[in-house]
Amino acid sequence: MTRYPRLVAGSGLVALLALAGCSGGSSTTSSSSSAGSSTSSSTSASTSQGGAQGELTVLAAASLRDVFVTIGKDFEAAHPGTKITFSFGPSSGLATQIVNGSPADVFASASAATMKTAADAGAVDASRLFARNSMTIVVPKDNPAKVDDLSDLADSTVKVAICAAEVPCGVAAHKVFDTAKLSVKPISEEADVSAVLTKVSLGEVDAGIVYVTDASSAKDKVQAVEIPAADNATTDYPIAVVKDSAHHDLAQQFTDFVLAPEAAKVLADAGFAGAGG
Amino acid sequence: MTIPATSPARPGTIRGDEAALGRGPWQLRLPAAIAAAFLVLPLLALLVRVPWSTLPHLLTEPIVGEALRLSLICASAAAGLSMLFGIPLAWVLAHASGPLVNLLRALVTVPLVLPPVVGGVALLAAFGRRGVLGRPLDDLFGITLPFTPIAVVLAETFVALPFLVLTVEGAFRTLDSGYAEAAATLGASRWFTFRTVVLPLLAPAVLAGSVLAWARALGEFGATITFAGNSPGRTQTMPLAVYLAMERDPDAAIALSLILLLVCVLVLLLLRGRWLTGAAR
Repeated sequence: MTRYPRLVAGSGLVALLALAGCSGGSSTTSSSSSAGSSTSSSTSASTSQGGAQGELTVLAAASLRDVFVTIGKDFEAAHPGTKITFSFGPSSGLATQIVNGSPADVFASASAATMKTAADAGAVDASRLFARNSMTIVVPKDNPAKVDDLSDLADSTVKVAICAAEVPCGVAAHKVFDTAKLSVKPISEEADVSAVLTKVSLGEVDAGIVYVTDASSAKDKVQAVEIPAADNATTDYPIAVVKDSAHHDLAQQFTDFVLAPEAAKVLADAGFAGAGG
Repeated sequence: MTIPATSPARPGTIRGDEAALGRGPWQLRLPAAIAAAFLVLPLLALLVRVPWSTLPHLLTEPIVGEALRLSLICASAAAGLSMLFGIPLAWVLAHASGPLVNLLRALVTVPLVLPPVVGGVALLAAFGRRGVLGRPLDDLFGITLPFTPIAVVLAETFVALPFLVLTVEGAFRTLDSGYAEAAATLGASRWFTFRTVVLPLLAPAVLAGSVLAWARALGEFGATITFAGNSPGRTQTMPLAVYLAMERDPDAAIALSLILLLVCVLVLLLLRGRWLTGAAR
C-alpha cells in the first residue's frame, strides 16, 4: 500500500519531463492545415533559436493558403537558410491571436478591418495592401438547384451557405445581398470560407458565396456562377510585420517580397486583382 | 467544464474514507492540489476577464437567449436518446461475450477518442444529403437532416452516447445478480425483473452516465458545426456562438462562456445534491 503513492508521484514527474520536452522542440512543418487548428503550428516556430537566417511564422487569411505556400517556397529559395511556417485561418481569429501575443512575424489579412483591429491594439507595424479579391457564387458540379444567377439565391428552396457575419467573407456576402437588394436566408453561416467551400463541394448545400480565388482553386469540385460587377463586393488584403517579431528584418523582407512583381504574378494567376485596381 | 467532478463511486462503502483522505500522504495531496488548480485556475481567469460593465447589454441580446435555449434543449434530447438506446446497449455489452462483442465494445468507444470534427464528417457521410443513408432519406421522403436542430441532437448524441454506455455497462457488470435471480424464482418475467429490480439498482449509474452525456453534449462543438452548420436560432448552440463571438468580440465570447459555465455548474450541483441524498439512504 505504501509503494503505490510513490508510483503516482513518479508518473507525475515523467509527465512534467514530457511537458518540458514538448516546449523545447521546434516544429518542422512548413504549412499548417485546417482553419480551426491554426494555433498549434504557430506557437513553436519563431520561439526557437534565431540562427543566421532564421524562421518566420506567417499568419495569413485562409483564402491566401495556395498562393502563400507558393510565395513562401519562392522566398525560401531566394533566401537560403530561411524557413517559413504558415498558419492559415479566419483573419479575425488570427488578429485576435496576434493581439493576445501569439508568436508571429508577419500578418496577412483578408480585410482592412481586421488589420485595423491588430493595428489599434499596437500589435503590428504599418500595413500595405498587396491584393484584392471579389466574391462569386459556387454550386456543386451538378448544380442540383439550377442556380444560374444571384437572384436565384433568394429562392427559399435553395440551400445557401455563407460565412458568418463575424468573418470578412461573411461581411462581403452580406454586402453583395444588400447591394442587389436580395433577401437571402442562408441555411448555415460557416466559421470560415473553407467550410463554405467544403459544404458546397460535398453537395450538402445548393450554393455558397466564396472568394473568386477559392472558386478557381477548387474548380475540380465546384462550379462558379459569376456575380455581376455592379453587385459584387471586394475585399483588400493588407500585410504587416508584427511588432513583437523576433526576426524583424527578415519579416520586413518577406512583406517586401509579397509586394514584389514576382509574387504579384502568383497572386494574379490565382485570380487575385492587384491592390491598385 | 465538460467532465463533472462527481465520480460514480458508491459513497459510504468505505468507512471513514474522508478522514483518511484528509490526512493522506503528501505524495497524493501535492498532485491532487496541482490537478485541482489546473482545472480551476482557467475558470477563475475567465471570471477575471468578464466585462462586468457591458455584461447586461451583452447578455440581453436575443441571440444569446436563443443559443442557450437551443443548447439546453438539444443537450437534454441527446442525453435522453443516450439513455433510451444506451442502457440496452450497455446491457448487451455486459451480458454477451465473444470476439464480436469485444469488437462492438471497441467500436462504441471510438467516438470518445475521435476528434469531434471527424465525427461530424462521418455523420455527413452517413446522414448528409448525399450520404449513405441520407440520400435515400432525401429521395424517398424528402427528409434532409444536416443544418437542422435534429442534426445538432444527432451530433451531440454521437459524442455523448459512449459516456453513458461505458458508465452503465460497468454498473451492469458489478451488479449482484442475486436480486434478479430471486425475482425470477418468484415467477417474474425477464422484462418485469429488469424494470422493477435491475433498473432501480442501476439508478445511480444511469444518473451519473446521463449527467456525463448531458455535459458532453452541452459542450459539443466540432461535430455540431460540421454536421449541423451554424445558423443562429436553429443550429447555433452556445459553444458555436462563443467560437464565432471570439472572431469579432472576445468580450462577448467571455460573457457567453460565463453563462454556459454558470448553467453547467448549477445543473451539476443540483443533480449532485439530489443524487448523493438519494444514494445515501
